Amino acid sequence: MRTTFLKTLVELAEKDDRIVLLTGDLGYLVVDEFAAKFPDRFFNVGVAEQNMLGVATGLAEAGFIPFVYSIVTFAALRPYEFIRNGPVMHRFPVRIVGVGGGMEYGYNGPTHYGIEDVGLMRIQPGMTVVVPADFQQTKTALQATYDLPGPVYYRLGKDEKTVIPGLSGRFTLDGGQILGQGKDALLVTMGSIASEVVKLAEASTQKGYSPSLFIVSAFNPAPAEDLKKALPDFKLVLTIEEHYINGGLGSWTAEIIAENNFDCRLVRCGIKNQVDGITGSHQFMLKHYGLSAEKLLETALDELKKHF
Amino acid sequence: MPIISPDKIRRIILEQSKRANVGHIGSSLSIADIIAALYSGILRIPGDRHPERDRFILSKGHAALALYAALSLRGWLTADQLNSYCTDNSLLGVHPERDLAYIDFSTGSLGFGLTMGLGAALAARMQKSPRRIFVLVSDAELDEGSFWEAVMFAGQHKMSNLIVILDKNNQQALNYTKNVIDLDPLTDKFSAFGWGTTESDGHNIAEMTRTINGFDTVNGKPHILIAHTIFGKGVSFMQNQIKWHYWPMSEEEYQIALRETGGGQ
Repeated sequence: MRTTFLKTLVELAEKDDRIVLLTGDLGYLVVDEFAAKFPDRFFNVGVAEQNMLGVATGLAEAGFIPFVYSIVTFAALRPYEFIRNGPVMHRFPVRIVGVGGGMEYGYNGPTHYGIEDVGLMRIQPGMTVVVPADFQQTKTALQATYDLPGPVYYRLGKDEKTVIPGLSGRFTLDGGQILGQGKDALLVTMGSIASEVVKLAEASTQKGYSPSLFIVSAFNPAPAEDLKKALPDFKLVLTIEEHYINGGLGSWTAEIIAENNFDCRLVRCGIKNQVDGITGSHQFMLKHYGLSAEKLLETALDELKKHF
Repeated sequence: MPIISPDKIRRIILEQSKRANVGHIGSSLSIADIIAALYSGILRIPGDRHPERDRFILSKGHAALALYAALSLRGWLTADQLNSYCTDNSLLGVHPERDLAYIDFSTGSLGFGLTMGLGAALAARMQKSPRRIFVLVSDAELDEGSFWEAVMFAGQHKMSNLIVILDKNNQQALNYTKNVIDLDPLTDKFSAFGWGTTESDGHNIAEMTRTINGFDTVNGKPHILIAHTIFGKGVSFMQNQIKWHYWPMSEEEYQIALRETGGGQ
């Protein structure tokens, strides 16, 4: 996703000279093409994310569209108050690009896990949050949002190969993508973990249950109307996110269900407790926190058996 | 170019903070002469939001009353607007907001202003504009690590269109800076980071104007003018007193302050 994102950004920057790229000294081999093609619009600000956000705010005031690039936690959490008082409060078109949503930096440990960023960003009403599910959707999402008038946060993964079957890169800012016709459960997900949810859906089908997927790719605006249209068909809803269960996708779904009196059971799958010091590969970490397709299937079957 | 009187700025600071019964009086009085200099013979402002205007960021946002005073003396704020300072439904709060005309950036969180000013300076350079970016910072604000992130970047990129004015009144909210985080020697610190450093009497408008207008803002280094100021300047009982960072005035204190600044009954 990050490579696709940067390639798409280069294409956009060829046509739009307002685009500037700032990095907090990260993106080896990923930012190089942009840096080579547009040396006057590329700045490595050093390991200084607060300054990076302030600089982006100052650039945006003068008409530029600055993209700031770092790992999720350094892009979104370290300079959070600068994001709030800068791009959000000024309503400026700064783009914050966080790489490694969830636990993609597996062996690097919790300092590198982006597991509360969506919650932090979506509670700022002025901040559009874009969470592509695969590399194809990364491209269309960037094309559709790069010149929005207000700030945007992009949560990216590192997978440049996996494709969510049936998604075909579709992206609309306030639209949810429904995949499948099953009515036994609605699997609501966002971001890279959608590929695990696809596996979960296939495994559930083999067990005799037929679910549908609902892919959320943005907040502010979020696909609330599409979710409300889908929910009456389901008695069981599972939200699956590589994020703490509070604040992100599961919380958003709970808000929609509660505020609209939908009669369904909601099960939030995500990281439930404070992360520990155990590290491992990305796949291991998903399993460790109950988010691998196999672990999700256990959770899903437990719930399905209660209903059917 | 209209000349903004620092005495009039001080009068407005006293009148408005008394009417609103709020503090930050000493911090505002400290920069009255710097603000008068900027809004008399330094800042080039063809109009609100004009793309080629010099940018000004009051990074020590808690002294916004001094800025509002200057804007009103320039005719950019109405009397009614000024009299809405710290009342309900006003855009004139303790800290400046960009939603108000002639305010370029919202401030109030210390350590943020210079980073935005750096971006504004970078934008001017990329757009090949001669406009300059002025950032007025407090000395205690230098406790913030983010300030030094911006200092290092500005030095690295020789941001000569960036001019920082440091209101060095040697005080912060709870104590004197030398007792909290001693900042000296400041000129050595900025020089080491590649800045052009100049010192000035922060109450001498002619000296500050001459110095700043002499800066090379095309080539060279970022500029810092270390303006030596007296906290609460002009009101004897406030000068160099920690209490007047937050404290509002009593009626008796107000009358003394007015007399000492050339007015009153």
